[in-house]
Amino acid sequence: MAAESATGADRGALARIRGRLEGPNTVGNSTGFWIGFAVAVLALVAYPLVGNGESFSLFLVLALLGLSLSLVWGYSGVLSFGQVVFFGVGGYTFGVVSINLPDPTGITAAALTGVVVGGITAALLGYFMFYGGVRDVYVTIITLVSTMVLQTFMAQTAGSEWTIGEAALGGFNGMPAIPLLELGITGVVSYQFVFNTLELFVPGLGTVEVDPFYYLALAALVAAYLGLRVLVNSDFGRVMVAVREDQDRTQMFGYDVKRVKLLTFTVGGALAALSGVLYAARNVYIDPQVFALWFATLPVIWVSVGGRKSLLGAVIATIGIEYFRLSVQGEMALVVLGALLLVFILALPGGIVPWIAGKISGSAVPVSELDDADAPAEVSES
Amino acid sequence: MSSEAERSEASGQASGETASSEPERSEGSKNASGTDTTMDPNVRETPAGKATGDRTDTLLQTDDLVKRFGGFTATDSVDFSVDEGELRCLIGPNGAGKSTLLKLIVGTLEPSGGRIYYDGQEITDMEPNERVRSGISMKFQVPSVYGELSVRENARLPVQQLADGAERRRRVDEAIENAGLAGYEDVQASALSHGQQQQLEIGMAASLDPDLLLLDEPVAGLSVDERTEIAERIRRLNREEGIAFIVIEHDTDFVGEIADSVTVLHRGDVFREGSIEEIESDPEVRRIYLGGEQ
Repeated sequence: MAAESATGADRGALARIRGRLEGPNTVGNSTGFWIGFAVAVLALVAYPLVGNGESFSLFLVLALLGLSLSLVWGYSGVLSFGQVVFFGVGGYTFGVVSINLPDPTGITAAALTGVVVGGITAALLGYFMFYGGVRDVYVTIITLVSTMVLQTFMAQTAGSEWTIGEAALGGFNGMPAIPLLELGITGVVSYQFVFNTLELFVPGLGTVEVDPFYYLALAALVAAYLGLRVLVNSDFGRVMVAVREDQDRTQMFGYDVKRVKLLTFTVGGALAALSGVLYAARNVYIDPQVFALWFATLPVIWVSVGGRKSLLGAVIATIGIEYFRLSVQGEMALVVLGALLLVFILALPGGIVPWIAGKISGSAVPVSELDDADAPAEVSES
Repeated sequence: MSSEAERSEASGQASGETASSEPERSEGSKNASGTDTTMDPNVRETPAGKATGDRTDTLLQTDDLVKRFGGFTATDSVDFSVDEGELRCLIGPNGAGKSTLLKLIVGTLEPSGGRIYYDGQEITDMEPNERVRSGISMKFQVPSVYGELSVRENARLPVQQLADGAERRRRVDEAIENAGLAGYEDVQASALSHGQQQQLEIGMAASLDPDLLLLDEPVAGLSVDERTEIAERIRRLNREEGIAFIVIEHDTDFVGEIADSVTVLHRGDVFREGSIEEIESDPEVRRIYLGGEQ
């Protein structure tokens, strides 16, 4: 499983890093995969030169939300409709804090606070569900209801009594005038990522102007993807998968199943909140539609289509489906997505990326050809 | 293995004490002579001569243990105990409360009343995973391996809590080897035969270094060869690693092959305890179980 392609003095370090990124819980454990990965990242880096980075950055932000559900559902087996809860809580928190502290330090703190509050929300909800002995089916229902409650609640916050400091929640109309995302320390160093242009000199093309937020989102996505790969292939990741496969068995190997689920749910919540923070920052606006039922369903569709047990699948499917959805626009796109979900559940329940990975590696799963059919022994049970 | 001969000798000598319902209290000194091969030959005195009797080290004790499911009483005031290093089989008709008793011991069921002591501590309210960490391990009735994972990934899961690096690899390989699955490391566990899955699960449960291993019908549905293999495996773990066992099994031949002592459960309570010979020859036991209802 160790890398054999690294060169030079840092061969050992590279092999160690690669060893951590690879394992049975992710597709793509070959040199070929990493070459493809590098090419894909480079293509995404180059995309704003030819395409519209400003609109494409939305897909990168939403891919973080897709990743968060892949972790929670695909790896620990908890189907959560509530990733948009943490997404929305993160976004709203970022909005409220940054409106009140509209300087680079404050905005940076607001982004961090959004992630932390989203994570804490997930931890609280998860604590009551998992330690309250709620069965997994009801976790799905509870998370779904949570989004609807929040949508209803946030939609009625139009009055002036729903103001936190300078920030009015704005009810159904949402919270406009979120400050431009300028990260750093006030007066020392800071950089404005939205509604700004980054001038790059590209040989052959001359000076081009690109959207710096696109690169922030891309960096966050690549970091999250690689970080999650390390997580799911770690000892803890293997326990997550074991919990997904068989909770009772895993508990009887000495693992605290509730704690494993809570930790995973919390990490997933924080990641969804990061997505929400970037979403609100990118749009300089957030409204209760982020808690809407149709929006809550989207991550489930992305992850089902891409392959819930595949982080890469979540990323690819999120970007692909959202690209399609925003190209088509309107209700028709949702109808098509619903049909797509049905087709995948019926025909390709594992999702597209694991299916392709299986095709590439031949038979992904070697089946024992060594043993005969075991002789049916007499059972002395009466 | 000369253990068959030893055991019958031992149980022959020890008969008379064996009907005691609490073997660890049998004061006798009817030593099973020096022919046995266990770790501590001088302290054996319980019925079939395998437990460490002189020290009367009770490993597990249930006190008045009751479990009711609605109006049905599955276990009714069970007082049951197992010594360190003892190999105990649990038999009884269907519905006698055998699996319920095991589940109460590992904590996947909560008792309606009574207490459980393990290694001198009360564990009645302990979470199942903590009981596992304190040394109780279990193989479920239905083979519960992780079907989607490879044999190696399966074997790694319990072991990764105990060791890292080279030591971890060694123990994973050892667990696979002991399960007779060398060469199957990369096979998906669901592709294994029923018997191999049983072996794998026993190997995984044993790789936690337990002091007490509970096996719920480890050979149900297996071929004769597979039974022999598992019987040898259990005896080896018991003798070489000193692991105490509680084994639920219907097959009295299998029970005779492995057990130090046998507890018969009937209608949720301990009905008889003794060597397999005594149990098999007990007319009351035959009536309720061995002859009658089968």
